[in-house]
Amino acid sequence: MRTILFLIQKEFLQIRRNKSMLPIIFVLPIVQLLILVQAATFDLKDVHFAIVDQDRTPTSEALIRDFSSSPYFKTSAYCMSVEEATSKLYDGTAGMAMVIPKGFSRSLVEGRGDASVQLLVDAVNGTNAGLIQAYSTRIIGRFSLHQATSNPVVIPEAFKPVTLTVETRHWYNPELNFKTFMVPGILVLLVTIIGFMISGMNVVREKEIGTIEQLNVTPVKKYQFIIGKMIPFWIIGLFELSLGLLVGKLVFDIPMEGSLWLIFLSAAVYLIVVLSMGLLVSTMSDNQQQSMFISFFIMMIFILMSGLFTSVDNIPDWAKVINTFNPVAYFIRIMRMVLLKGSEFMDITHELLSILGLAVLMASLAVWRYKKTT
Amino acid sequence: MAAIDIQNIVKTYGEKKALNGVSLSIEKGELFGLIGPDGAGKTSLMRILVTLLLADSGTAAMSGHDVVTDYKTIRNITGYMPGRFSLYQDLTVEENLNFFATIFGTTIKENYSLIRDIYVQLEPFKDRRAGKLSGGMKQKLALCCALIHRPEILILDEPTTGVDAVSRREFWELLKSYKNEGITTFVSTPYMDEAGLCERIALIQDGHIMDTDSPDEIIRRFPLPLYTVKASPMTEVLHALRSFGQAPQVWIFGQEIHFVASEHDISEDKIRQYLTDKNLKVDKVEIITPGIEDCFLWNMRKS
Repeated sequence: MRTILFLIQKEFLQIRRNKSMLPIIFVLPIVQLLILVQAATFDLKDVHFAIVDQDRTPTSEALIRDFSSSPYFKTSAYCMSVEEATSKLYDGTAGMAMVIPKGFSRSLVEGRGDASVQLLVDAVNGTNAGLIQAYSTRIIGRFSLHQATSNPVVIPEAFKPVTLTVETRHWYNPELNFKTFMVPGILVLLVTIIGFMISGMNVVREKEIGTIEQLNVTPVKKYQFIIGKMIPFWIIGLFELSLGLLVGKLVFDIPMEGSLWLIFLSAAVYLIVVLSMGLLVSTMSDNQQQSMFISFFIMMIFILMSGLFTSVDNIPDWAKVINTFNPVAYFIRIMRMVLLKGSEFMDITHELLSILGLAVLMASLAVWRYKKTT
Repeated sequence: MAAIDIQNIVKTYGEKKALNGVSLSIEKGELFGLIGPDGAGKTSLMRILVTLLLADSGTAAMSGHDVVTDYKTIRNITGYMPGRFSLYQDLTVEENLNFFATIFGTTIKENYSLIRDIYVQLEPFKDRRAGKLSGGMKQKLALCCALIHRPEILILDEPTTGVDAVSRREFWELLKSYKNEGITTFVSTPYMDEAGLCERIALIQDGHIMDTDSPDEIIRRFPLPLYTVKASPMTEVLHALRSFGQAPQVWIFGQEIHFVASEHDISEDKIRQYLTDKNLKVDKVEIITPGIEDCFLWNMRKS
């Protein structure tokens, strides 16, 4: 016990002495949180759109007005031909083009039901294209409803179509605020970086300098060494999480619906997973570069598959299998569920147990791989 | 029982045989030197003894404990100082000492008598980071850390490499003093002049032990007269001596050339005459007592 305490004390002494380590631990997370959350937003605003109005009637103008008065779209050009509009899409000056064909308003007024507009959307960014389409459909739907109700003359009362109004309510994040959605995820990212990369690099550093050799000839036991390496970064990881939550609350006003204890319990287990992974990587690499690249590679996959930026509900089945081993995905889910939804212990048992399972698996692997003799 | 008992140790790295059947026996309390050039296998042998490396075959025991099966005991009774400075550079002198003392379950106070001589030298720097110490001081600190748990056996891998002459001498004085404490010291060095400071030495080359004995005995065993020749121009002298008599041995030794003739009827005068006949300017021809380096080079010829 005394040995472990001394190992931990030594570790903290070294971290305190390391001039590049302190900013990494204290400043980087805050900067990352402030920048990443702002950048990783999916809010859509002021999409430039090109118009080809071949109808040129008050009705078509009304539709255009509906678009340009919405916060999502901004008229950028009136084009004479479809070709001109597509060229605008091509060179990127417009994100969407709308073609209103000749006879649009007549079809509407006569109620033939074949009035149509054509939307051309730049779908290089699929997520954006989907959003543009959704917003446009909503505007057009409202427009057609308005047209139908304001033309009582044309359609006899009895034949008036029954209109269903869909009113959407977004639960748990009522204003569809992406920041509240991103902050919990970014926090997971921070904890992961500290736990995974820095702990792994730390052990490899001892290898590089040769101090591990000196330690290996001492009676320090394997478990003592591993615990002595893990606990400092475990503490730093939890500290980092608290710091992040504080910044999240103060700067982004993220909701904290659920119990913070639950968050910290999950983080405590989660950190064991990433710390073990870091240690495992360090046993496989001889210098800090190797360790950096291996952990970067693994982290990249885990983060991109975690559902931090994109929904992972539609990934192929084989990828889902890989994802069952992805601790980042579980922890992000827990964070979002607990912080935004106020989920209770019972709601996250599956995720928590999965992380626990991974913790046991990774820790055993790390202990097994770590050898004092070559 | 020998303090260190090495039997037929073989270690290969891929194709290269680093140790080719090494056997050694070192007595308790002995100051034993392993002398050999870089790449001779010194470090490999030491790493096997301190349980950091596994041999391919052969056995080794320290104070009767096998290095493979009883490695846990060995880690408690051995002090090891690797060739490369391996203490925490970002910790201070005192922190390093305290750390290693604690790891071994002891304190500086408990074994102060053993490390006092070094510690008084280190004390003025005790708040300095280990990385900021001079080469000699670093080695003293490393020795201090290796001694802190009062080991039975001290294994030092090239402790004086890269250390200035004065510090080297001081370091060897320290090593000699541990004999009184009953500590067995096994030290390796590429410096032949340090061999004379050991009680017994082993000459190692290409993973072979060429000879083992006290330095005096090894020198006494040198079979033929050794001449030192100072003449110029050097290259031509060297060339001439190589073809003088039957299978002579010639090596450059600083400004002079050492010459061993395989026949006994060669004398100083004959060498002088031979060189003068070849129009070479002879300054000095003398018969001398060989040094360890001469013995080493002579042995290398045999293998």
